[in-house]
Amino acid sequence: MKPVLEVRDIHKSFGGIHAVRGVSFDVRPGEILGIIGPNGCGKSTLFNCILGQLPPSSGEVWLEGERVTGLRPSQLNRLGVSRTFQLLQVFPKLSVRENLILAGQEHRGSMLSRLLGPGDAGLTPDADKMIAFFKMQHLADERAGGLSFGQQKLLDAAMAFMAGPRLVLLDEPAGGVNLTMLGNLKERLKAINEEQGATFVVIEHNMDFVMSLCSRVVVLAEGKVLAIGTPADIRANQAVIDAYLGH
Amino acid sequence: MIPPLARLWQPAALVLAIMLLIALPFGLERYGIYILSLWAVTTIAAIGLNLTLGYAGQISLAQGAFVGIGAYTAAIMTSAGWPLLVALIVAIILCFAVGWLLGYPALRVQHHYLAFVTLAFSTLAFLVFRNEQWLTGGIYGIFGIPRPTIFGFSTRSAQAFYYVCLGALGAVSLMAWWLVRSPWGRAFTALRENPLRAQSLGIDTRRYTLMAFAIGSAIGGVSGVLYAPLVEFVDPTPFSLVLSLNLLLMVIVGGQGFFFGPFLGALIAVLLPEWLRFTKGYYLIIYALVVMLLLIWSPSGILGILDEALTRRKTRRASALRAAARPTLDEGRAP
Amino acid sequence: MASFMSLVIAGLATGAIYALIAIGFSLLWQTSQTINFAQGEFVMLPAFFVLAAINAGAPFWLAALIGLVISVIILGAMFKRLLVDPMLRHGVLPLAIATMALSIFLRESVKEFYSAEASPFPSFIPGTTIGFAGISVSLQHVGVVLVAIASVMALTALLDRTPIGRQMQACAQNPDVARILGIPVERMIMYTFLINGLLVGIASLLVSPIYLAKFSSGETLGLAAFIAAIVGGFNRIRGAIAGGFLLGIADNLAAAYVSTQYRGAVPLFLLIAVILLRPQGLFGKAEERTV
Repeated sequence: MKPVLEVRDIHKSFGGIHAVRGVSFDVRPGEILGIIGPNGCGKSTLFNCILGQLPPSSGEVWLEGERVTGLRPSQLNRLGVSRTFQLLQVFPKLSVRENLILAGQEHRGSMLSRLLGPGDAGLTPDADKMIAFFKMQHLADERAGGLSFGQQKLLDAAMAFMAGPRLVLLDEPAGGVNLTMLGNLKERLKAINEEQGATFVVIEHNMDFVMSLCSRVVVLAEGKVLAIGTPADIRANQAVIDAYLGH
Repeated sequence: MIPPLARLWQPAALVLAIMLLIALPFGLERYGIYILSLWAVTTIAAIGLNLTLGYAGQISLAQGAFVGIGAYTAAIMTSAGWPLLVALIVAIILCFAVGWLLGYPALRVQHHYLAFVTLAFSTLAFLVFRNEQWLTGGIYGIFGIPRPTIFGFSTRSAQAFYYVCLGALGAVSLMAWWLVRSPWGRAFTALRENPLRAQSLGIDTRRYTLMAFAIGSAIGGVSGVLYAPLVEFVDPTPFSLVLSLNLLLMVIVGGQGFFFGPFLGALIAVLLPEWLRFTKGYYLIIYALVVMLLLIWSPSGILGILDEALTRRKTRRASALRAAARPTLDEGRAP
Repeated sequence: MASFMSLVIAGLATGAIYALIAIGFSLLWQTSQTINFAQGEFVMLPAFFVLAAINAGAPFWLAALIGLVISVIILGAMFKRLLVDPMLRHGVLPLAIATMALSIFLRESVKEFYSAEASPFPSFIPGTTIGFAGISVSLQHVGVVLVAIASVMALTALLDRTPIGRQMQACAQNPDVARILGIPVERMIMYTFLINGLLVGIASLLVSPIYLAKFSSGETLGLAAFIAAIVGGFNRIRGAIAGGFLLGIADNLAAAYVSTQYRGAVPLFLLIAVILLRPQGLFGKAEERTV
């Protein structure tokens, strides 16, 4: 089967610092791929290179057989790649429903239809479906800024799914979320993966979260791929244990 | 549940305000009607700036220049015998195009740099108004700008032209209302609050930034097209940087990003000098002082302060309700 | 050629004044992210402190001294305490907008409480013109350049050679680290405001004899200072100095060779070009963009 995303030999350096040193991997349709590694191993830089936020120094990114290196984030998003950020990035002054409509509106119609057409771009039913899926019905009309941290995190994730993406990249979805919420989030992500066949890449350093959610895991260390395999393989990999899990 | 009365008061207040605006000229002297017309014209310019600054978050110190471009377009064309409506269309296209170009710097630089670029543009436009005598009449300006005849009705009287201004304000308000409620308005807000996140949601921030500048500027042009026949005389003085600064302060004082902010801001800026007439020249001093105090209190302007107070009350009430309904909240906040 | 040289020297004099104003402007930006849109009015105002003191009977030297002290207190300390401190928590742009309101406040206050007319202003340096190798040079211009250079040298010496100056630089570069190192960041920021108060005071004493003291003169001066600071490089004092001189010379040459009408346009085009092509300024260092 053709991979959804192929990352080929990405390098990125800032001045003299070589943050990513030749990372390659692919993401298969329908899988949840985890990327783990200690702080400063280049995870976030790699993510930003894949997503067009930073231009890679060298290397290529392919999306379903199409070269997408160097595209702007908004262009990539319209090709079906969506993401969440490590730090919370919802729009605090918009309501939960408005946030979701915003996440979907650029994927429908044209600039003109978005100006002259209905104010919700016809997305209210979709948004409400998403709200129901994430069990936030009672919050639909609340301003996002007024939600608790965990609720905002859910909304953030929900926004990534709003446009029916081919690929979702989640940057530390579990960061700062309490245990109850974490279970909730994991369960929702699994459900969306199974029901819609959505493909994920998850960056995390919460090991349990990654190991129990992901079908394959990439371990990064010092800007390079240390190991790729199933959670069981990774647990058994001596190099990984030495570098990361050992202590 | 919101009680029905509370839901009704907003449209009721709006209808009342509109009726008042229609009825007011009957109780006013010529000068009072002029001030009211000036308010309507100023509000239009402020609505335009509120789109650029308040909704899309792009600071502009050039709105006064666009009012000037509109006013000179109207003055030059109507003096040459063209109908005001044609001048309006030309001014809108011209200001839209120039505003679009002025938006390009905003793609490269933000905040104070953008303020300086737009400030420089504003000063350049003023130099052109002043120096290109063959076109603008230089410092002597253009006299005797005619007021239009609409469907056979002359609008030469102060009252008739007031209704022209009011009608234009109504039309611009409706269009702005439509715009901010459309997906564009939502995209503008996203651009203001978090451009990085907006991009990741597929929002073409470049195109929306340019549009925010172009549309805001075009509305500034509309304001100028009305200003020329209102005052019946155009010279460079009113379109200096001071106008741009004042429009910016109006939007800020009223409440940037609030639909009715420009109405309120313009009301204060246009009427305050009249009310403070007894203070002679001191009104600008008082105005500047009040603006500073308001900004220290909250930079979100008068409507922003009201909105914060209302939201606080609502959350308090909501949390009280929730606490009563569910004694234990299982949902904690992360550190 | 001779007239060209005279123009350059006159340009150096204007440029020296612009540089003083621009240095203060970028100092405030560096240490406390303050964009002072009232900087031009800050230069306009001290002249009126001096005139008020002269009207009260003080001799000129004493009046000048009083003017400088008052401008350090009001435009330095009070400006920071009353406007900047309470506004800073709201962010850069609201503070910048508040200083716009301040500029209106200062301008209108002078107009209402002193005069709407331009007032002549005494000078320390006689206005005679001397000839030198066929070039006629105004003594006043030479004096202005010398005083400005002396002020700038004193300031750089303070910043580079004294412990306080180095602490101030540390605060400008990284306030968090400075705080960890035990530097009293707040006090250092206050010092930069006081220095700005002094700089605008000196600039006012230098510029007012040439262009007269008028309530509205701040607009041009402020604009020149912003342009000098940005063209030279916002985050560098050296940039502000270079930008000031560059602008002063460009300004004077433009008046002679372009047209008096569009003389004001030359710096504006320079500004737009620099912002678009090299936002860090001609002599500034690019700030790393973070994602």
